[in-house]
Amino acid sequence: MANEAAIINVVARTSLWLQPHRIVLILIALGLVLGAIFFMRWDWLPQYYEMGLLGIWRSLWILAVTCVLGFLLAVPLGLAQATGSFWFAAPAKVFCTVIRGTPLLIQLWLLYYGLGSLFPQYPWIRESWMWPYLRQAWPYGVLALTLSFAGYEGEVMRGAFAGVPKGQLEAARAFGMSRWKIFRRIWLPQAFYRALPTLTGETVLQLKSTPLVATISVIDIFAVAGKVRQDTYLTYEPLLLLALIYMTITGILVFAFSRIEARIPNKIG
Amino acid sequence: MVGLLHSIEIALGATCLGLLIGTGGAFGKLYGGPVVRDLLAVYTTIVRAVPELVLILLLYYAGTDLINQALTAMGYQRVDISGLAAGIAVLGFVQGAYSTEVIRGAILAIPQGQIEAARAYGMSPGLMLRRITLPAMLPFAIPGLANLWLIATKDTALLAVVGFYELALATRQAAGVTKAYFTFFFAAAVLYLLLSLVSNFLIGRVEAWSRRGMPSLKEAR
Repeated sequence: MANEAAIINVVARTSLWLQPHRIVLILIALGLVLGAIFFMRWDWLPQYYEMGLLGIWRSLWILAVTCVLGFLLAVPLGLAQATGSFWFAAPAKVFCTVIRGTPLLIQLWLLYYGLGSLFPQYPWIRESWMWPYLRQAWPYGVLALTLSFAGYEGEVMRGAFAGVPKGQLEAARAFGMSRWKIFRRIWLPQAFYRALPTLTGETVLQLKSTPLVATISVIDIFAVAGKVRQDTYLTYEPLLLLALIYMTITGILVFAFSRIEARIPNKIG
Repeated sequence: MVGLLHSIEIALGATCLGLLIGTGGAFGKLYGGPVVRDLLAVYTTIVRAVPELVLILLLYYAGTDLINQALTAMGYQRVDISGLAAGIAVLGFVQGAYSTEVIRGAILAIPQGQIEAARAYGMSPGLMLRRITLPAMLPFAIPGLANLWLIATKDTALLAVVGFYELALATRQAAGVTKAYFTFFFAAAVLYLLLSLVSNFLIGRVEAWSRRGMPSLKEAR
């Protein structure tokens, strides 16, 4: 019975993807989109077009930089928690717990408003080469997002490192590989493959936290939408477009990661 | 402190609302007709793909506006929707999408025989839901739902952006008045962390309770 239903289901899915109710739903959706296009005001689009593109570019840039840096930071964090002695594992654990236990918004504000208000009190910081950067908002945004990504991903990497079968590492050691070589050739790749599905989810989550940097005056796509709303007194149109943009980026990200996942040589059981 | 209380209130309300939506959504996705299933798929996909901040803004303004328009159209007076209710509704809507997926997975993890046995006993769907499905899926759902609760407590901070008075906004105002930014944000972070740790502890207890009678995870391996 269940088997039969499953087979029928599969057949229905492959051959009859366009069932009558789907067509109706798609028509309704099209109607909504057309209605939105014709009955809402979109005349502000040309004016903010360039700004919007710049905002998207900046959002993507922040996403890429924080993900890469965060991942690089997460590897030692995961390694320390998986194998390190107490003195390495405990601080890493505390770091991950603190990052995962507090809202990103608070971390961001703590760094930007908190640290940012402390720095000017020290003359040697004001005179150093870092000062021009420290006066801007984006270093704080990047730092906060990087730390947050590292905190979440560190926990994932801990599980991934611990999940690599012991036999693999022992075999590598039996081959006489040095510790660094084992890590580079065996341990890290296998842990990475294991963490990849979670990494997809984390990256999408990271994308969804990038608009938070708009609250500390970094002009990303979210801030552009906010500016449009202030300038034109429109409530919905910019937000709807913004939601559409984020959905598109998410779709592209998920698609890209699924392509990478499909390239993994073999399934690890 | 009032801010913290508000935060907890919203998180609790949003999680409860999310659970209701989630349970309904999961059953709709599993047993509903094709139209219901497709609509729910659209709902969960969209909500999970758009940043919470954007959703909160969109739903907060759109929701209050729609309700007011509906009320005026029906000849009632415009109401001022309290921030608390709006916050709970918005976060609950977001949480609902996530918990739909969690609960759907948990229901699928129940051994099929249990549900078939309940059907064979001639239980009505409502009775089956209450006696078999919900209790049996609980141990599978609790870890995911616990995660959602922690996310909900942290998402309440986002409501500060739409100007709702909760812990994050309260801290920001206090910090702005006293100029002691670092101290106040640090204190807020500690409060959130405490909230998370306490809930972690409680969740551990609840999970142990919901798994009673089942083999422990270590034995099962």
